Amino acid sequence: MKEYALMMIGAALVNNVILARFLGLCSFMGVTTRIDTAAGMGLATTFVITVSSMADWAVQTYLLAPYGLGFLRTVTFILVIASAVQFTELTVRKVSPSLFQMLGIYLPLITTNCAVLGVALLLVESHMNFLASTLFAFASSLGYSLVMVIFAGLRERLALAPVPRLFAGPPIGFIVASLLAMAFMGFSGISTG
Amino acid sequence: MANAYTNIVRDGLWDNNGVFSMLLGMCPTMAMTTSATNGFGMGLATAAVMAASSLLVAAFRNAITQEVRIPVFILIVATMVTLVDLAMNAWMHELYKVLGLFIPLIVSNCLPLARLEAFAAKAPIVPAFLDGLCMGLGFTIALTAIGAVREIAGSGTLFADASLLFGPFFKFMELRLLPADMGVLMMILPPGGFLVTGLLVVVKRLLDLRAGKEIQMSGAHAVA
Repeated sequence: MKEYALMMIGAALVNNVILARFLGLCSFMGVTTRIDTAAGMGLATTFVITVSSMADWAVQTYLLAPYGLGFLRTVTFILVIASAVQFTELTVRKVSPSLFQMLGIYLPLITTNCAVLGVALLLVESHMNFLASTLFAFASSLGYSLVMVIFAGLRERLALAPVPRLFAGPPIGFIVASLLAMAFMGFSGISTG
Repeated sequence: MANAYTNIVRDGLWDNNGVFSMLLGMCPTMAMTTSATNGFGMGLATAAVMAASSLLVAAFRNAITQEVRIPVFILIVATMVTLVDLAMNAWMHELYKVLGLFIPLIVSNCLPLARLEAFAAKAPIVPAFLDGLCMGLGFTIALTAIGAVREIAGSGTLFADASLLFGPFFKFMELRLLPADMGVLMMILPPGGFLVTGLLVVVKRLLDLRAGKEIQMSGAHAVA
């Protein structure tokens, strides 16, 4: 039990998907202008990462590995992820039409969020069992959501700050992200997972 | 006609540079620029995928219907990535080991998909191929530049290990600019990636402003 907890903390904070592994940066810069969209995006992505990691684990263990089809991994995984995104879209539309309205265009774009494919590929390399890999995927996506919400909060304040003209927009965003990444480096040492 | 080609080249390499102007493909941009050599290798792999998939999409553009175009594009890119992945594993194994996870992740890099959607899906084969190639080379330039800044500031070298990754011919590129203990380690760690990318975007804006061009204040915000 203890190693699972340590692994989850490691995946969420120490090796944070965005700030340490550099995955999902497009959505990190793209949809963090407001806290509520960032939180919604984090929620939807958490769902997609967890579901597609479970499906990818099954595909890898029962289909690709036994038949020696490792070279088809990239193509298969992206198809599984696209289906998981479609499934999420249908679920969100049924369960919460207001969230569906809010996320709009961003939902289908989760397919090209490299955090989803990245976590699935990391799991293949680490050879974890089903429970461990599901927990790892869930913790990673929680870390993703956390950083999205924190950064959205920073950017809401930044929108009111007088930024030099040349730095306006993305550049100052990158510099703030750099400071945030430095803050998260403080977590290294808690766990090596 | 020649003029149109010049525009495509200039757009891809500088004016509309994938990293510094459109802010696409940020993940490999940050992760694989710990040295100029890594950035260069990552850029070339992406350029190969972009040129090949632009060519294929342009060739089949009349057969791909509007409704299924995104899955088709992604599958074409994924196939090209698999080819590059296998080829690099066979012939450039050292580089393959360094780039690791980020070779398959070219699939979910937004830059190839954005160019397919914006250009290759509506253009004849030759301009589409040229656009893919030049956008890819522009990406390579950006990654090499970020990698060079981070490497010089972080470890004082430039193109270290180039001979190991690309072959002994590239030995002449390896330089040591600062003494070994002068480096700022932070520049190689994740925060340095964000910082250098942000500053280089500002440098590009400054250069464009000097040249009397209108600077683009917003990146491609809508792309996730």
